[in-house]
Amino acid sequence: MYAFEIDRPMTLADAVKALGAEEAQALGGGQTLIPALKARLAAPARLVSLSGIAGLKGICTADDGALCIGGGTTHAEVAAGAGAYPALAALAANIGDPAVRNRGTIGGSLANNDPSACYPAAVLGSGATVVTTNRKIAADDFFEGMFTTALEDGEIITEVRFPVPAAASYQKFEQPASRFALVGVFVAKYAEGVRVAVTGASEEGVFRWSEAEAALTARFTPDALEGLSLSGEGMISDLHGSGAYRAHLVGVMTRRAVAAAG
Amino acid sequence: MPKDGGIGASTKRREDVRFLTGTGHYTDDINLRGQAHVHFLRSDVAHGRLNKVDTSAAEGMPGVLRVFTGADFADLGGLPCGWQVTDRFGQPMQEPRHPVLAHGKVRHVGDPIAAVVAETREQARDAAEAIVLDIEELPAVVDMKAALEDGAPKVHDDLTSNLCYDWGFVEENTAAVDEAFEKAAHVTTLELVNNRLVANPMEPRVALGDYNRSTGEHTLYTTSQNPHVIRLLMGAFVLGIPEHKLRVVAPDVGGGFGSKIYHYAEEAFCTFAAKALNRPVKWTSSRSEAFISDAHGRDHVTKIELALDAENNFTAIRTETYANMGAYLSTFAPSIPTWLHGTLMAGNYKTPHIYVNVKAVFTNTVPVDAYRGAGRPEATFQLERVIDKAAHELGVDPIALRRQNFITEFPYATPVAVEYDTGDYHATMDKLEEIADLKGFAARRKESEAKGKLRGLGINCYIEACGIAPSNLVGQLGARAGLYESATVRVNATGGITVMTGSHSHGQGHETSFAQVISEMIGIDADQVEIVHGDTANTPMGMGTYGSRSLAVGGSAMVRATEKIINKARKIAAHLMEAAEGDIELKDGRFSVAGTDKSVAWGDVTLAAYVPHNYPLAELEPGLEETAFYDPANFTYPAGAYAAEVEVDPETGKVTIERFAAADDFGNVVNPMIVSGQVHGGIAQGVGQALLEGCVYDEQGQLLTGSYMDYAMPRADDLPFFTVDHSCQTPCTHNPLGVKGCGEAGAIGSPPAVVNAVVDALRSGGHDITHIDMPLSPSRVWQAMQG
Amino acid sequence: MPEVSMTVNGKPAKGQIEGRTLLVDFLRDTLGLTGTHVGCDTSQCGACVVHVDGRAVKACTMFAAEAEGAEVRTIEGMAEPDGTLHPIQQAFQDHHGLQCGFCTPGMVMSAAALLAENPTPSEAEIRDYLEGNICRCTGYHNIVKAILAASGQDVSRIAAE
Repeated sequence: MYAFEIDRPMTLADAVKALGAEEAQALGGGQTLIPALKARLAAPARLVSLSGIAGLKGICTADDGALCIGGGTTHAEVAAGAGAYPALAALAANIGDPAVRNRGTIGGSLANNDPSACYPAAVLGSGATVVTTNRKIAADDFFEGMFTTALEDGEIITEVRFPVPAAASYQKFEQPASRFALVGVFVAKYAEGVRVAVTGASEEGVFRWSEAEAALTARFTPDALEGLSLSGEGMISDLHGSGAYRAHLVGVMTRRAVAAAG
Repeated sequence: MPKDGGIGASTKRREDVRFLTGTGHYTDDINLRGQAHVHFLRSDVAHGRLNKVDTSAAEGMPGVLRVFTGADFADLGGLPCGWQVTDRFGQPMQEPRHPVLAHGKVRHVGDPIAAVVAETREQARDAAEAIVLDIEELPAVVDMKAALEDGAPKVHDDLTSNLCYDWGFVEENTAAVDEAFEKAAHVTTLELVNNRLVANPMEPRVALGDYNRSTGEHTLYTTSQNPHVIRLLMGAFVLGIPEHKLRVVAPDVGGGFGSKIYHYAEEAFCTFAAKALNRPVKWTSSRSEAFISDAHGRDHVTKIELALDAENNFTAIRTETYANMGAYLSTFAPSIPTWLHGTLMAGNYKTPHIYVNVKAVFTNTVPVDAYRGAGRPEATFQLERVIDKAAHELGVDPIALRRQNFITEFPYATPVAVEYDTGDYHATMDKLEEIADLKGFAARRKESEAKGKLRGLGINCYIEACGIAPSNLVGQLGARAGLYESATVRVNATGGITVMTGSHSHGQGHETSFAQVISEMIGIDADQVEIVHGDTANTPMGMGTYGSRSLAVGGSAMVRATEKIINKARKIAAHLMEAAEGDIELKDGRFSVAGTDKSVAWGDVTLAAYVPHNYPLAELEPGLEETAFYDPANFTYPAGAYAAEVEVDPETGKVTIERFAAADDFGNVVNPMIVSGQVHGGIAQGVGQALLEGCVYDEQGQLLTGSYMDYAMPRADDLPFFTVDHSCQTPCTHNPLGVKGCGEAGAIGSPPAVVNAVVDALRSGGHDITHIDMPLSPSRVWQAMQG
Repeated sequence: MPEVSMTVNGKPAKGQIEGRTLLVDFLRDTLGLTGTHVGCDTSQCGACVVHVDGRAVKACTMFAAEAEGAEVRTIEGMAEPDGTLHPIQQAFQDHHGLQCGFCTPGMVMSAAALLAENPTPSEAEIRDYLEGNICRCTGYHNIVKAILAASGQDVSRIAAE
């Protein structure tokens, strides 16, 4: 790792202030950032650890019924505490491994927007709202392609608000080595319609599969997807699978998610 | 019922306590006063001309002590190769220089170019980034067949081509083999890849060099399976340090699986730099660095043909293999695809005519050498896959086809130069059929199908040559070392025993199992025996641990030394009891005079040896310490039969191992618990090779699987509980313990079982598939199902 | 250089660190607690697992500065002061759940975290929980068996030794 200073503010205000420094970078759980630092792929002058800010942690239900999760809430805390949204809790319970889940946070994962991460699928699939120190960002506006989001420098994710669907499921097919999603599909059924978000597959990062959404909104059963398929074009192609394979898996995982959501 | 702590008892391991409490002593746990740290700047291109290495900026960086380049090592020896293969035409293999630091050219991603020694690791790494390289990138060769084409880029400019050797075995067999193929009623042909693997012991390599200016003594602490071999190779061939001035210590070592046999550049560097800087110099590999600097394993491409007569008897085998050597010859690399592979092509079968051709090829990749099994998994995989394919083509039961062709009479001289001393292949197959519950398979397949899964059963046999190795034989075959083992047994005055063995234990539990052998021989508690290993300062000589050789060779040396001890102690006892030596019996730690009630305890005899007041001084020296060297008369031949049952998800191609059974014949067994553990670990590595692991380079020679993000290591949820059995025992006829070795069996026997099972599963789903190359990842299996 | 202080295995510990000092480096280099190992640089192998405030974490993927004020437990803190092994450690020895020993500290610490959460896990739950702990020696057979045994479950049905 290159040398850097580390700050551990106890309040959000101090964190925002610290992030105003030159080449400062926020540190969530660090489960992706620290390996990147070890590989010297990043060279911040200052890391601002958000782990000491109590206000960023916690899960509650808003007046409109949305499940609100603090940006600094760990995957393990979501797995244990998001019982009001079982598909989300199940997704969190299957990110990485137990030790990673005890450190990694929802805010950190979303800010990083790894194309194979699980949380982006849940946020986009739920039409959640990402609340930051500056504003509220709709999920559809948040993700801007691999490792890119609408976040501006110094902006911290304070909370994510998930509308709770009538039925939902996340189905992940793991890449055999990293155990990240080779393909992960989040299906959620709301009164306004069904949302289907896919992670792991596309070179553009997480995306919504609109044809599947339309078909499932009409009829929420696996066989409603019959005849629907995605092209391998634009899908990630690597040693773990071709674009065509990933496209095929999206179909399989979507069917399984619908079946599991019931 | 074996005696607790004696041979045959599942004695709990004494070494566990330190490992379980965090008090193990691994190389990276050693820090010496004044220690500096080295970071190696490694090539990020696979092939290039090294025009200039400008270290001037780096030299001035904070904490930097010195920057070394290839020029610093130009007058020293290169890393030596310990085996010379002679080709089909009687010529020696092409053997390029392997410099400690690259000089003139870089030849693989990871080739070390410069070494920065600084006060801290991070300072060394910071300074390495300030080195300015002028590298003229050259086209790389990665594919072996492409490397042999005319006009292919040459990895080594001073060699005639990228062909290391073209080896034929046995050359005299060719006419008979060709004739058998002409007369064959059926020929089955299979082309396959034995995928390149990375050993990945969980402890990355570490080297720590130290130099004592007042005595002129060097000490190297290193993660090695064979410290004496490192002392010999590095001292004699690279740095010119005589053995009495060079101590090599391999303390607790966190696994090896072959990858820690070899002498590596980093060891020579740290030893050299410690003297140059008069400071201890330490290198600790990161895992990412391990992927591009530890020797890799396997990487064969083979075409095998099996000829059968009208009664389905095997009549001949012919193979052509391309074996990747990587960019340089690692210590034992040339021997793996030849003597450890060609000699095993008979397998468990009485095929009368066999011919093996191997072309070893240089490519711009990390050097390839032995990895658990080394040559024998490659042989077994070809043979057991082609037999399965033949059974399918002929419409016969694959088990029946194997049984029909089993060797049943021993000793058996194969047409590929080795003589199996003993074995009973029907017995292990019978045992397998029982423990794998093959009768229940049909019902289990129905259950899987009801869940929408395809279920397959794969079985295979294996044989391996272990107990490496008879020195006179391997000398004829090109080995530049002897492969004996030594042991010193030191009996202390009060009866406790310290055994110094050249075998190294890095997970195998020798401290426990070797003590069990002594306990059994003398009849004292195993607690009274201490096993010392891993330090050239206290063990006479050792060739180390690999090739399932420790108990068969190292254990035999210990037995021979202990026999000498007992013979001398018997003389002392006879003197003490004023009896004839021939009347003295040793039982349960007491010497007695046959037919009388006279006896003396072990401790009385050992005390007399060191306090020789009443002692036959005229005939016998005082003291009780003996050394023995044991050179085996033959290899040992463990064998067995394995069964894998898999489920394939036809929608995704994902394969899961549902059941796995192994019936092995290891001869006599000292500690069944440890033996089972060795088999479990071997199976996991074999399943890893079959389903998960594969080292992949792109066409430019960039390693695509350079971390655990892309190189799939088997994890707990990839595997089931295994059913293993080693009750079939045909003891080795030529070593005193009758043991054969168990360390590699699991890794040798399991890949074909898994692949056979997946092919069986896919066929049951109507897919006309004869072979899929490993690893059988979901995407590959799915792709195969698409036709 | 900033200073960090924490409680390690029940005893106060402090030392000077850099921003980039990982918890594992602080434990190994500053405190000399070399039982916690480093087996990879991508946070996957789990040889470095320790407990921070009662939860399993990878000490190679957490900065020492972030453990300020924390209660840290390492493999060295598992046995009784008189040397009596923790029941999980004892089960690993009884069932041959280790070979080279390098992954073992992380395995034991993960197993302890699992049993704290789930006192009688099934085989599948154990295998799932060990996703972040790689062992190259044992094939996991005897590790899983040892954890089942440590949880008080009958392991006599599990084949072989």
